[in-house]
Amino acid sequence: MWAFINKLRSPKWFYAISARLQPVFWVAAAVLLLVGSVWGLAFAPADYQQGNSFRIIYVHVPAAFLAQSIFVSMAVAGLVYMVWKIKIADMAAAMMAPLGAAMTFVSLFSGAVWGVPTWGTWWMWDARLTSMLILLFLYLGVIALRGAFTSRDSASRAASVLAMVGVINIPIIKYSVDWWYTLHQPATFTITGRAAMPMEMWAPLLIMVLGFYSFFIALTLMRTRSEILRRESNKRWVRELIGEER
Amino acid sequence: MSGSESHLSVNDDRSVSRREPGGGLAVALWATLRRDLTLLMRRRSEVLNPLVFFALVITLFPIGISPDPQLLATIAPGLLWVAALLAALLSLDSLFRGDYDDGSLEQLLLTPQSLPMLVMAKVAVHWLLTGLPLALMAPVLGIMLSLPAGSYLILALSLALGTASLSLIGAIGAALTVGLSRGGVLLSLLVLPLYIPVLIFGAGAVQAAILGDGAMAHLAILGALLALALMLAPWAIAASLRISING
Amino acid sequence: MSLSLQARKLACERDDRWLFEDLDLDIQAGEIVRIEGPNGSGKTTLLKILSGQLADYQGELFWNGIPMRDARQAFLESLLYLGHAPGVKGALTPLENLTWYQALAGERDNEAARLAALESVGLVGFEDVPAGQLSAGQQRRVALARLELTPRPLWVLDEPFTAIDRDGVAALEERLIVHARAGGCVLVTTHHELRNTDKLRRVHLGRGGQPHVGF
Repeated sequence: MWAFINKLRSPKWFYAISARLQPVFWVAAAVLLLVGSVWGLAFAPADYQQGNSFRIIYVHVPAAFLAQSIFVSMAVAGLVYMVWKIKIADMAAAMMAPLGAAMTFVSLFSGAVWGVPTWGTWWMWDARLTSMLILLFLYLGVIALRGAFTSRDSASRAASVLAMVGVINIPIIKYSVDWWYTLHQPATFTITGRAAMPMEMWAPLLIMVLGFYSFFIALTLMRTRSEILRRESNKRWVRELIGEER
Repeated sequence: MSGSESHLSVNDDRSVSRREPGGGLAVALWATLRRDLTLLMRRRSEVLNPLVFFALVITLFPIGISPDPQLLATIAPGLLWVAALLAALLSLDSLFRGDYDDGSLEQLLLTPQSLPMLVMAKVAVHWLLTGLPLALMAPVLGIMLSLPAGSYLILALSLALGTASLSLIGAIGAALTVGLSRGGVLLSLLVLPLYIPVLIFGAGAVQAAILGDGAMAHLAILGALLALALMLAPWAIAASLRISING
Repeated sequence: MSLSLQARKLACERDDRWLFEDLDLDIQAGEIVRIEGPNGSGKTTLLKILSGQLADYQGELFWNGIPMRDARQAFLESLLYLGHAPGVKGALTPLENLTWYQALAGERDNEAARLAALESVGLVGFEDVPAGQLSAGQQRRVALARLELTPRPLWVLDEPFTAIDRDGVAALEERLIVHARAGGCVLVTTHHELRNTDKLRRVHLGRGGQPHVGF
């Protein structure tokens, strides 16, 4: 464990190891996303209530899962950065934030599109959608705070603290929004709220979720690698690396 | 500067006898409370502005929506809470800004006393001169919005409890943005999403009082949120101030 | 009385630029150490590290031989830091400003001591004037009154001569020497040329290069 943490201190080591990991996740993402979407869109049975429109679940749910997981990973990376001063963790956190915001937006957008056939309107103050909207604001806050500092070290620390404060608040927000929703609209139909889903429906969903996660890991590795080169551009190993690639 | 004699220090028994037992945290806390209260009382407009803002925003709603008392009565709990929340947010930016600009913040960070505790004193002053007055004023504005009888006490209580959490959470944002020249708008972006649970249970308490559901459960949750904020926020504020001072 | 502040292999990187590297410092009781260097060479940053405000450095700091993270409380109780900004509230009178600092230092409320401190910096008659109405030099003197008000062995002073008139500069310089003679210790940055005494030592920070330590 300690050896691993100490290795993480070296951007060079991470750069080398991620070069080997990255293709694995790209391939996994491509295969899983392909299989999942073909199965989900073409072969899974239509919903008896919603017909074919339910199939947007194969984008909506994985995006929503990922949006929440990315925030948690961002906070964990922030903690690692603050405690062990590991710069890689901060670079990864910085690269994750826009991706998380994008995933949150995708889940909101797909939720809105889904709302049209289901509720007959683009937007309902549904508990899940509301929580997602707040999550989007939390992401935007972290991104904006990081951008507001002139000193990068301060920016990294401030963003880490905010991500940690945010992650403590997310369950509280989620719980209170759920409570607020049941108080105001006790009997409304929630789009993903049903427990029983036949195997043929949720198996492709599971594959899509895994595909989204692989895509996220692959993309974060890629972006972190280029961030390493950018931040370490004055270090000798990077200059040597660029030199030999030319 | 006379400098003719030295008053130094460790073996100098005068300094030893002047020392407060137990490190003097209580003394430092009390002095910080008194200092911040004095400062704000000398610039009363800073205390009055959020209150005027609160009244003004409440005036806008009947004009913008409808003067119909029945309609206003149904939305009054939410309006009062949202307006009070924004008013409390308004004064947040100045919480550490003055101390940052004149260098007192550095000195606060270098005392041998516990920084989270000292920060609590500053937040307490903010609540005393912002949250508490807003809570006391809200019933008057409630009358203007035809808030149903029986919910006035709960309105004031929920605001008094809730704004304490708002001050604590908001102070984290204020501490994170104090080193930035234009932190004001960013501060709202950081802090407002975190305010939502307090808003839900605060407005919910008033709503419940109107419906006769018993607002105690809501007040209890507001109390729980406050306890959580009291436990965690001081550390986050202290850490954020240490980051900002090096900005 | 003995006190010592040591830095071993101190290095500070701000935003991927090394302000200084491999800096060894050994500061003993009875010394005035002047940190020198061009603008942007990291003088203020070094003072902030040595006064425990910045944790963001590599290397080790020792206070009286004990690693800084274990000695932090004792260190802060021995430290008086005056930064670029005087830390004086314009809306409060000099006397009220000092009341807060006295309490922050963990000392009992003592008006006689505050008046004596203000007298020592030549602010008699200004005790109850809001500090905002005082000149920049007078405000700086309010801050300097803390040197008398809360006696501490280690003084870390960032540009303490700013805005002070000539008589005040001479008196403050004398005060630093008296403090060092009495076994105290002063760390100072200033553009003002300090008189050479046997107490004075200079530490030069080059721009990004190796620091030159010595006389």
